[in-house]
Amino acid sequence: MANHDPIAAPVSALTVRNLTIDLPKGMERKHAVSDISFDLKTGQILCIIGESGSGKSVTANAVMGLLPSAISISGGSIRCGDVDLTDASPEVLRDLRGRVVSMIFQDPLSALNPLMTVGDQIDEVMFAHGEGTREDRRARSLALLTEVGLPDPELMYHQYPFRLSGGQRQRVMIAMALALEPAILIADEPTTALDVTTQAQILDLIRDIQRRKGMSVMFITHDFGVVAEIADSVIVMEQGVIVEQGSAEQVLRNAQHPYTKRLIAAVPHLSDNDRTHDEVAGSAPVIEVDDLRKEYRSGSIFFGKERVVKAVQGASFALQPGRTLGIVGESGSGKSSLGRLLVKLMDSDGGRILFDGQDIAPMKEAQFRSIRPKIQMIFQDPFASLNPRSTIGRILTAGPVAHGMAPAKASQQARALLEHVGLDGGAFDRYPHEFSGGQRQRIGIARALMFKPKLLVADEAVSALDVSIQAQILELLNDIQRETGVAMIFITHDLRVASQICDEILVMQRGVIVEHGPPSQIFRNPQSDYTRELVAAIPGERIAA
Amino acid sequence: MSALAIPVHTPWWRSRGVRRFARHRLAIIGLVMITLLTFACIVGPYLLPYDSLYIDLRARFAPPLTGYHFLGTDPLGRDVAARLLEAGRISLLVGFFAMLLSTMIGTLIGVVAGYYRGAVGAGLMRVVDAFLSFPSIFLLLALAALLQPTPIMITIIIALTSWMEVARIVEAEVRSLRERDFVQASRMMGLSSAHIMFREILPNAIGPIIVAATLTVARAILLEAYVSFLGYGIQPPLPSWGNMLNGAQQYLSTAPWLAIIPGITITIAVTSFNFIGDGLRDALDVRSDHM
Repeated sequence: MANHDPIAAPVSALTVRNLTIDLPKGMERKHAVSDISFDLKTGQILCIIGESGSGKSVTANAVMGLLPSAISISGGSIRCGDVDLTDASPEVLRDLRGRVVSMIFQDPLSALNPLMTVGDQIDEVMFAHGEGTREDRRARSLALLTEVGLPDPELMYHQYPFRLSGGQRQRVMIAMALALEPAILIADEPTTALDVTTQAQILDLIRDIQRRKGMSVMFITHDFGVVAEIADSVIVMEQGVIVEQGSAEQVLRNAQHPYTKRLIAAVPHLSDNDRTHDEVAGSAPVIEVDDLRKEYRSGSIFFGKERVVKAVQGASFALQPGRTLGIVGESGSGKSSLGRLLVKLMDSDGGRILFDGQDIAPMKEAQFRSIRPKIQMIFQDPFASLNPRSTIGRILTAGPVAHGMAPAKASQQARALLEHVGLDGGAFDRYPHEFSGGQRQRIGIARALMFKPKLLVADEAVSALDVSIQAQILELLNDIQRETGVAMIFITHDLRVASQICDEILVMQRGVIVEHGPPSQIFRNPQSDYTRELVAAIPGERIAA
Repeated sequence: MSALAIPVHTPWWRSRGVRRFARHRLAIIGLVMITLLTFACIVGPYLLPYDSLYIDLRARFAPPLTGYHFLGTDPLGRDVAARLLEAGRISLLVGFFAMLLSTMIGTLIGVVAGYYRGAVGAGLMRVVDAFLSFPSIFLLLALAALLQPTPIMITIIIALTSWMEVARIVEAEVRSLRERDFVQASRMMGLSSAHIMFREILPNAIGPIIVAATLTVARAILLEAYVSFLGYGIQPPLPSWGNMLNGAQQYLSTAPWLAIIPGITITIAVTSFNFIGDGLRDALDVRSDHM
């Protein structure tokens, strides 16, 4: 691309030209981003979208001058006004940061200082840049807290971050980023760690503030649903290269590059139709849960008051073989607790779990051990759920061998299953760190299938994965269910995912099941207020239409 | 379904941990010193012209580099070089086996305490606290004075007074590991507690254990030297670095090499092991990779 680009009109807040950033030697590719050029126009929201490892966060950090020391810019320019950020001195950069360019992060809890009150942290930003007097700054902090929609700013001002919810913390981060009225706001996956309803509120807030202040926003995300909600223009990145850029409308409606099409196609949408089944319905249920209860107690009876959190209150449902039950809810709704109760990684406080006609709820570990193989679980985090020091072969065979299967037979079965879940048999002798997230999740699924279980509990099994991988794993689970007739309980916070794979859905709120029905009812004709709220908060349903 | 590509396997000697260790210059120096010292102790006595027990009263107090007495002779005319290497065999072996024993005791107690927590864990950790509350030097001296101070007995006594640190480290590590998903997955598969503790959790705690073990070797060598110096450890004529120092006390002004040579050797051995320990700590700490 030539130095003088006709598109680069004077309205650009940020002009990036031929930017190349090197990765350290020995990484899977040479450049984190190579030869990318784009403009952030004044008063617009630019979404940079891509899967993990596409270089989108590196680009944002380069603009902020916050690259880790091992990564360096090897070519190109990032112009902001008259300054080239790639060769500006640290002092100039420090002055620009916060005043001209500001950033909000994915995880607001780790980005906030836990030992400082919210007010002091906002104050600090202004103090560091020598703004105003003490009273001015205080007044400004309060105004900012009001602006980002936090209730009772006076009270908020004196709170510590751990007292706030995830959404409130993200609002505080935004208030900090806005403290010096920056011209450019960089948002690095600011809603990824949040629940859907909170995500919708934060997106609204960013959009709203951007319009009011005429700021330019660079918004990094992996979710095309979010893009559809917020973007004016879009950049699609793959493997450090921009594969497509244009207006949001143009990219979403009429994507040109196959990668963009694939990403858009992979975005889960609410499906209108319930799943159809070949088998006759009405066979005996695999599992029947009746009035299941679990309470968490914290604090002690000796010192101060004891706190009781009712994680699961009176859950009841039944599930037939070959069918999938979705459990959806936001964080803290008790859905994961319910899952752990079913596989008995946790003991319940009351109620019955009838599995194959036997009540497993009161069983002791020794008694339950022979039933364990029939109820298996797929975990959320594929990085944490495989023992990093064991080979894949040992991870898969340890369980069956402990239950008396001959080691030779177990490894034969493990190799067959690995192929079945789409990995070649050579994976058998490898260690987990050699695999990508999606591949690890396949290994997790293979591990659960080693026992030929009757019930599979998938706890947020696709939440940690990129959308395109997510779609593949859902497909795999679907195939497995069709072949083996296993009953599945699918726990997720993502209603779009739930709508695709579930026959029935339970909606949980604060430990209580508030609605239970087929996806068509839950999504098209929700009965409870809470479900309605959840469905309304789903991002990007515009592009589904 | 088509098979997915699997990334290329990197051999262990090119792994990041090894590279991090190699970057640690002091650790490499330590490793070289210990290797040389061990090699010298194993082979040296066969190559030297004098036996460590050969007494030559005509050649008493020969300073270093007298004839073939490279490091001089002691009050009985024995070759210091031969005695030093012979002593090194004993001191290093005592240090190594004391480390092995104390690491095993500490690991076992740490894993069990960390895994079961509750009453079992609390009970075991209070035992650790009880052992820690003894001044270990006095315990060591008392035991050494009561029991027959053979090298094996000294090894056991040192191990019994130095396993607590390993136990604490392992217990803390296991406590955090047991909450990880892969341990939950093992429970879900119905694996026995022993299997989970020793085959799933323990391999993941091996890093801190190795670091603690390396530092324990250094400590054990020092303790052995200390006890022998005070005369309660390895008994002459069997040489050890500590009792060589003991014998050298009264000749400090007339034959200083008798004290300086074993002193330097102890210092080299102990600091080398400490350097290796520091290097391993950095090598096993993924966070030091700046990535």
